[in-house]
Amino acid sequence: MVKKPQLAIDTRPWRDPAAKPFVRIKNVTKKFGDIFAVSDVSLDIYKSELFCLLGGSGSGKSTLLRMLAGFEEPTSGTIEIDGQDMTHVAPYNRPVNMMFQSYALFPHMNVEQNIAYGLKRDGLPRAEIAERVRELLALVKLSDYGSRKPHQLSGGQRQRVALARALAKRPKLLLLDEPLGALDKKLREETQFELVKIQETLGVTFIVVTHDQEEAMSLATRIGVMNQGEIAMIGEPTDIYEFPNSKFVAGFIGSVNMVDGVVTEDEPAHVRIRSDELGCDIYVGHGVDCAPDQHLSWAIRPEKIMLSREKPEGIHDANVTRGMVEDIGYLGDMSVYQVLLPSGKRLRVTQTNVTRGNPDAITWDEEVYLSWGDSAGSVLTV
Amino acid sequence: MKRGWFLPIAATLGFAFLYAPIVSLVVFSFNESDLVTVWSGFSTKWYGAVLADPQILGAAWLSVQIAFSAASIALVLGTLCAVALVRFRKFRGRTLLAGTVSAPLVMPDVITGLSLLLLFVAMEATIGWPSGRGLLTIIIAHSTFCMAYVVVVVQSRLGDMDVSLEEAAMDLGATPVRVFFDITLPIIAPALISGWLLAFTLSLDDLVIASFVSGPGSSTLPMVIFSKVKLGVSPDVNALATIIIAIVALGVLAATIVQLRNHNNRAKAH
Repeated sequence: MVKKPQLAIDTRPWRDPAAKPFVRIKNVTKKFGDIFAVSDVSLDIYKSELFCLLGGSGSGKSTLLRMLAGFEEPTSGTIEIDGQDMTHVAPYNRPVNMMFQSYALFPHMNVEQNIAYGLKRDGLPRAEIAERVRELLALVKLSDYGSRKPHQLSGGQRQRVALARALAKRPKLLLLDEPLGALDKKLREETQFELVKIQETLGVTFIVVTHDQEEAMSLATRIGVMNQGEIAMIGEPTDIYEFPNSKFVAGFIGSVNMVDGVVTEDEPAHVRIRSDELGCDIYVGHGVDCAPDQHLSWAIRPEKIMLSREKPEGIHDANVTRGMVEDIGYLGDMSVYQVLLPSGKRLRVTQTNVTRGNPDAITWDEEVYLSWGDSAGSVLTV
Repeated sequence: MKRGWFLPIAATLGFAFLYAPIVSLVVFSFNESDLVTVWSGFSTKWYGAVLADPQILGAAWLSVQIAFSAASIALVLGTLCAVALVRFRKFRGRTLLAGTVSAPLVMPDVITGLSLLLLFVAMEATIGWPSGRGLLTIIIAHSTFCMAYVVVVVQSRLGDMDVSLEEAAMDLGATPVRVFFDITLPIIAPALISGWLLAFTLSLDDLVIASFVSGPGSSTLPMVIFSKVKLGVSPDVNALATIIIAIVALGVLAATIVQLRNHNNRAKAH
């Protein structure tokens, strides 16, 4: 798995209100007939970002990308790239290149001709084109494959040719449509790493469309989660995972336990929620924008719940419940426990297997206590 | 699956039905006798007679000229039409255009021929062009009905083509016209070749439409054969027909090979 480099605060321009965005999507709507493919999306993307648009099929992420490339025109709204209005500029006049999901390599041209195609359109001198093609082939480690035809390459090699071709014109912005979608899992993880490296070396702004949340989490500086043509949430991977803003985002990224509850105490510094499903109160150690007696949802990730045989102390007489281990999935590095609560609700809990072959591990049909910290879960009102 | 006697017999009967007439024609083209139906020995003298007959040679040359021009015109027009039909999915009158383009495929030749004749006569009367009937009118008429076949062939190939190839070229800075010549044309080239060959053979074979729109001194090969047969079947017609069958068969074979090879290439690419 690729580890995203830890960024210092000053390399995260989206946290700086004075920073000037590189790509500015303003109130963009795209209708196909009566259907809203993209509806009132506004989005700022900064220079050298690797921004992921994440969503299921039909979420409008590809349509948004195609509008950035110029293949679709927005029904309303504007798209600015590097300070220039690009809304109605034809694709062949944009400082933007795209890597297609199908790679779209020209089958009648060899690898070199494919990469050189865009440079030839720019009318570059022949020697410079040859030099640039050589550099790109070296960049994607395909120096010996220049004279091959696309059908003589493997899937991974084709993917790299497509990347080289899209980078050839040194675009200010590179759009990638499911760049790793057609590769198998192992190759995908390697390529992911290379993609990040190339992006960091060249400093090009990347916008990646993907439906794979793991891919988005490991590639992106920021993620925009899309749902039904709208942006559900924009944030850094950790924000999206740890602090989802809605039930949709919490459920879409990773696995989550979600329960319903009623607010019983609403103080500036804490909130108490009674949940019949959990069979206990939830004590949240920070203020939440809610009202007493409000019905809402509370979500907690499986790894944030602790399992124990002895009753833990709990927090303010809350955050502890009991249940029976119904099922265990052993994954090697960790185990997934499915715990049945008296209410009939099932919770998913993961525990890291710290001890090798632990003989004392919690096992099937055991009665266990479940507990969690006062900031382990997210209170979700929408 | 157990193979019974039914399928082999059905296949044999079917092929016999299709090819018995052609085989008998080919066999009798090597007949020595002056009488068409009486076998008297092997000879190639009728081939010599055909190749020495200026009327037949002239008609053959005319037919080839017509077929070549008509196929080329039909290819250009048909390709443009197919591109419009496939690439511009939604435009006013698309369904109408799609329907009317393939109408000549099912229209009886007699009607096509007659309507073209009427059109040419009316045009000559009003704008003075084309003056009289002859080579030009046959070429126009053949382009018209061959175009429908070209559209069908090119349309299916264009439909199979990945649109993102064209988008990728445009993304890399190619204008739409450039994209058409750099990307679309080379990729649909096999369909263009088979469309052209199909149009060529169709034009070469046509008797009915040509009869309507031809004029004095512009008798195509099928017309000459037909008129010869009307005066009584002579063995040299058998020889001529055999030559034509051979040429058409070669054309079809070439088209099939082109398509097959192209299909294999695509299969390899995926």
